[in-house]
Amino acid sequence: MLEIKGLTAEVDGKPILKGIDLVVPQGEVHAIMGPNGSGKSTLSYVLSGRDGYEATGGEALFHGQDLLAMEPEERAAAGVFLAFQYPVELPGVGNATFLRTALNAIRRAKGESELDAMQFLKLARERMKALSMNDEMLKRGVNVGFSGGEKKRNEILQMALLQPKLAILDETDSGLDIDALKIVADGVNAMRGPNFSALVITHYQRLLDYIVPDRVHVLMGGRIVRSGGPDLAKELEAQGYGAIQAAA
Amino acid sequence: MPAVTETIETVQAVTESTYKWGFETDIDMEFAPKGLSEDIVRFISAKKEEPAWLLEWRLRAFAAWQKMEEPRWPAVKYPPIDYQDAYYYAAPKQKAAPKSLDEVDPELLRTYEKLGIPLREQAILAGVEGAGETPADSRMPIAVDAVFDSVSVATTFKDRLEKDGIIFCPISEAVKTHPELVQKYLGSVVPQGDNFFAALNSAVFTDGSFVYIPKGVRCPMELSTYFRINAKSTGQFERTLIIADEGSYVSYLEGCTAPMRDENQLHAAVVELVAMDDATIKYSTVQNWYPGDAEGKGGIYNFVTKRGACRGARSKISWTQVETGSAITWKYPSCILQGEDSVGEFYSVAITNNYQQADTGTKMFHIGPRTKSTIVSKGISAGHGQNTYRGLVRIGAKATGARNFTQCDSLLIGDLCGAHTVPYIENRCLSAKVEHEATTSRIAEDQLFYCRQRGLSQEDAVGLIVNGFCREVLKELPMEFAVEAQKLLQISLEGSVG
Ligand SMILES: Nc1ncnc2c1ncn2[C@@H]1O[C@H](COP(=O)(O)OP(=O)(O)OP(=O)(O)O)[C@@H](O)[C@H]1O
Ligand SMILES: [Mg+2]
Repeated sequence: MLEIKGLTAEVDGKPILKGIDLVVPQGEVHAIMGPNGSGKSTLSYVLSGRDGYEATGGEALFHGQDLLAMEPEERAAAGVFLAFQYPVELPGVGNATFLRTALNAIRRAKGESELDAMQFLKLARERMKALSMNDEMLKRGVNVGFSGGEKKRNEILQMALLQPKLAILDETDSGLDIDALKIVADGVNAMRGPNFSALVITHYQRLLDYIVPDRVHVLMGGRIVRSGGPDLAKELEAQGYGAIQAAA
Repeated sequence: MPAVTETIETVQAVTESTYKWGFETDIDMEFAPKGLSEDIVRFISAKKEEPAWLLEWRLRAFAAWQKMEEPRWPAVKYPPIDYQDAYYYAAPKQKAAPKSLDEVDPELLRTYEKLGIPLREQAILAGVEGAGETPADSRMPIAVDAVFDSVSVATTFKDRLEKDGIIFCPISEAVKTHPELVQKYLGSVVPQGDNFFAALNSAVFTDGSFVYIPKGVRCPMELSTYFRINAKSTGQFERTLIIADEGSYVSYLEGCTAPMRDENQLHAAVVELVAMDDATIKYSTVQNWYPGDAEGKGGIYNFVTKRGACRGARSKISWTQVETGSAITWKYPSCILQGEDSVGEFYSVAITNNYQQADTGTKMFHIGPRTKSTIVSKGISAGHGQNTYRGLVRIGAKATGARNFTQCDSLLIGDLCGAHTVPYIENRCLSAKVEHEATTSRIAEDQLFYCRQRGLSQEDAVGLIVNGFCREVLKELPMEFAVEAQKLLQISLEGSVG
């Protein structure tokens, strides 16, 4: 359960989030839509603890824990996963090494035993197969030379391996071809269950045909200006943000 | 606080407690009187029961040294060294040379145990969990020569190696058992008067390893020498000589550590390699001398001359170095590519943290036709560290079709440190091809955040990114040491974040 109350945040001294109230009950998937520059990525960074994205007021509780007081890696260990809008390249760092280091760090934090190279490879291959991914991707440097779509798929693979409790997907559908879109959606749907919730940030109704959200929220000017069921996304697609702005 | 500021602050916060090899062994030592003179040179030679020719050789070196001046061109700063205020010979007291490990002082054995160096022949390098994708299955035994201050205290697997005709022993022993080889090759690659520190070494060298691989033999295990400076106010001047005869192969590794002390101690080694037709020598170094404390107090001055001669056709010499320690590093492992189609390689990672300074690189002398060289240098600077790559590629008129490829990459952590690249290229052959690439980068905030979002601590994230940056070099190390080296890189930057 994620509970955000009156969250305000600034970047470079400039207020971006101006009082966000949002509750995502465990087991639910919520979509966030909103115009460019409205603060969607900022919200995802504030929730995951990126330097420079400072919460100035309000709170964000995750299963009762004060997220904003935690280090990024502590939030990750608590089960918060962010699929980046722009995944980062790590030259020379093998994807397999990276994924195993990450998985083991989280397992260690949870008091679980670490996986050795063989155990990890077995698990990774299983997960990749389920996502129809080629395990050639494991051998490459993290995101180095990956196409836009490959980077996004790599984010989903990481999610599938790390098994978070809360996944924030920041425009994971942007730049994906139709097959990749299905792979990403399948990856998220496979995780759906009572112990998983997600915040899906997207510009397109199309993704929500595959990942049907429990709720849709519209973020504009640093506030949630409207919330509704899956139909809200269709309404936005038809009418644009202008109508909402006028009504708000 | 932005990650970068945090990184800088924590780099500064590195304390000596991160140097895990800084303990001192309490053992009875024998010293030569302090200072340096012809008498001291005679004293060392007498201690080693050397033949007259070698004493003469040393005295010539000493005479040359007295007329020489310390090099001033490296981009490093340090107060004048008082060469009279140091011991040039320090050895653990032992009745006679130990014939087996059982005769070695248990205190020494414990020291090497603590350092993780296997002196028991069954022993293999303490199992460390592999960080790479390849499972660590094939752990080969490693033959070790352990040099403690001025003398070799143990050499393992000698008998096994002798079966293949391989000679692996302390150089002081080789002087007695194989004088013809030592006399023929000593100083043949690095002459006594080559430079200030090589001359000093030639006058007072005390021990080091000697390796001879006979024709057509592929050395069945890694050979390694482990250098330990223990005594106070003592310099270490070791001399290593490796000869690979026609068609042979050897992979050799040196490691080193020293206790933490407030004073600066001098380490001036000379390494000479000779490769005949079709022979290959792979020489790897993991240099972890005490770097000094966070304020720059203490640490080893590592002034080293390493040079290999590819005398034979199709011979190959490959230097790989991971330099994490020392207050100051001054070394340029070089290759003289004389034989036609011979190959020289230099793969280097140098880390400078706190107030460490490194001026390192290589020299590739292309003399024979179609000679090839590859240089890959990765410099990492953190804290107030200063890192200079200095390289020379010289292609002679007869080196037709010679090729060189050089790549120098610098990684900066924080903005108080510095990275400098000084490549010299002298090409006197039209058909030769020389390529040079250089980059400078920083660990980006988004890279750190990406790793931390996936659950890595800031420290592990820096370690991972740095290891990625050094990958091309680390993969050249023998596997067991690659894992060691990866850990060492991380430890050197420990506290740099967090
Ligand atoms: N690092 C930064 N420095 C300065 N301004 C920033 C920074 N990050 C975000 N902003 C500003 O904050 C506002 C919100 O940006 P954000 O990235 O959260 O928008 P978004 O809703 O994700 O947009 P998009 O749909 O284009 O991804 C924008 O005006 C942006 O310019
Ligand atoms: Mg965005």
